[in-house]
Amino acid sequence: MHALETRQLTLSYGERNIIESLDLTIPRGKITVFIGSNGCGKSTLLRSLARLLKPKEGAILLDGEAIAKRPTKEVAKRLAILPQGPVAPEGLTVLQLVKQGRYPHQSWLQQWSEEDEKMVVKALEATQLTALADRAVDSLSGGQRQRAWIAMTLAQGTETILLDEPTTYLDMSHQIEILDLLYDLNQTEQRTIVMVLHDLNLACRYAHHIVAVHNQSVFAEGNPHDVMNEELVRHVFQMECQITRDPIYDTPMCIPFSKSRLGAGATAGSSGANAEKEEQKIAVHA
Amino acid sequence: MKGYLTLRPGKRLSSFHLHRKSIWVTVAAAIATLAVAVISLGMGEMKVSPLDVLKVLIGMGDEQNTLLVQQFRMPRVVVGMLVGASLAGAGAIMQGVVRNPLAAPDILGVSGGASVAAVAFLLFFETVSIKWLPPVAFLGATLIMFLLYALAWKKGVTPLRLVLIGVGIKIAASAVVTMLIMFSPFLLQNKAILWLTGSIYGVSWADARMILPWTIGLLLLAALMARRVNIQQLGDDISMSVGSTVQRDRFFLLLICAALTGTAVSVGGEIGFVALLAPHIAKQLIGPSFGSALPLSAFIGALIVLIADLIARMAFTPIDVPVGVFTSAVGAPFFIYLLYRNRNR
Repeated sequence: MHALETRQLTLSYGERNIIESLDLTIPRGKITVFIGSNGCGKSTLLRSLARLLKPKEGAILLDGEAIAKRPTKEVAKRLAILPQGPVAPEGLTVLQLVKQGRYPHQSWLQQWSEEDEKMVVKALEATQLTALADRAVDSLSGGQRQRAWIAMTLAQGTETILLDEPTTYLDMSHQIEILDLLYDLNQTEQRTIVMVLHDLNLACRYAHHIVAVHNQSVFAEGNPHDVMNEELVRHVFQMECQITRDPIYDTPMCIPFSKSRLGAGATAGSSGANAEKEEQKIAVHA
Repeated sequence: MKGYLTLRPGKRLSSFHLHRKSIWVTVAAAIATLAVAVISLGMGEMKVSPLDVLKVLIGMGDEQNTLLVQQFRMPRVVVGMLVGASLAGAGAIMQGVVRNPLAAPDILGVSGGASVAAVAFLLFFETVSIKWLPPVAFLGATLIMFLLYALAWKKGVTPLRLVLIGVGIKIAASAVVTMLIMFSPFLLQNKAILWLTGSIYGVSWADARMILPWTIGLLLLAALMARRVNIQQLGDDISMSVGSTVQRDRFFLLLICAALTGTAVSVGGEIGFVALLAPHIAKQLIGPSFGSALPLSAFIGALIVLIADLIARMAFTPIDVPVGVFTSAVGAPFFIYLLYRNRNR
């Protein structure tokens, strides 16, 4: 059974449809990455998978059952989402934040069970935040802060974790740090991870399954090696590029052509784009 | 988990995790409140030493002191504490739910709504029992709360815009109140104006008995929802993600907030800025976790009103200055400071 599935899913903001009649399956125990241009609806799709957005039509199935028909607390025990750019209240400590991931497992009388404690300690360890547990979240660096939010999501103890652009606003070393952490979680605990990423090369490096969202639907999906090609980038991002191999991991790597930096095209192979570039060059010189 | 006290009574039946610092800071605030209350009971034209006040409190004082402390001064002190705690609780709830450091029922016009309802009640239903004043004030506060919600909160407004809309509502409310007073008989005008500036001058045991169950009950209700407030502080998406019923919880919390505001306003009038100040002080001391911040805010609110009322009573004798004047003198500059700090948000 698939972890998540959409059936004839249509999402909209007001009158405008963002996603139309989409059938999509998210493989269990794998890392799935949504890619696509700004405003293509990949974040909207991710949010709807976590029931944060009601579909206009169609259904979302979690472990084969319609998510809208299940009690929200039950869903929260199986699926967690970390939205984009969450903000913690001033002065909230890392521990206080991570503890709140246990919300669906708690009740008024049961606020700190042994299981809660175990999961919170584990989440802090996994994100290397144990030493910072008593620090205020708003006093941490960007990377640490994002780790704290991920720790909260981990403490929730769900099999499936959704993350909306978990690496945005982080410098490159922190991006790698976060993605490594998620990759380890997937490898050691077989958690299903679904995330939106902007960096195509990192997406190809970490994803088992890539979903390219375009034009209210999915343009292509599958293993990065199979789906990542010049045509996909041209269609989905309206950009010319050359796909080569990552020299370290051998995953597909996308090198975009620049429109304004002339001259590079001459040595970059012989696609149609180069002819266009040459024309532009002539036009500029004329 | 140092700094926390883990309690798991009844094997697997229940479990709690208590922040040690919050406990002792709250106990200290409670003791300070009681101490100021005792001092305040002894102050006035006829001084009574704190020791004699304590004697009266445990039923061992002499006749004259007992009369003075129990009948004349205590209602005012008790009402002051209850009003302060109610306002602080309302402010703590609102700041948590709206996720806005500038939010408070008096700043957003919710107290104004309670005032309109209360003044209308005082003027038009003179013959109806005064017992109905808190529910009526609550009704006015609730109406404004949902007007505010409809106008401002739907699409997640910025802090400053919310305050602007709230200030607009507040001005409209005070205009309505002025109009009501203008068209009322002379005798009632004075009463209404004194009440409006935020004064607990001349309150009786009847007033204290009237609001006591509301204050205690509503604060307990809010405390029971602490987990839900905490999760709301992280935003709607996170709340939904962990399986909280965000919209329903918010509705109930805002109702509690309106009810607490109505309770305070029905007796004390509009005592400004306590609802803003007290939760801020509490959070500075122990952090934003609502389960700890609510009780501490309540004690700090009580303390602020007690101290402000003591100054109001003593500084300009024989003139009894309304307590709201003093809370505003401290609160208004603080509010301007908060506005300044949040100018770029």
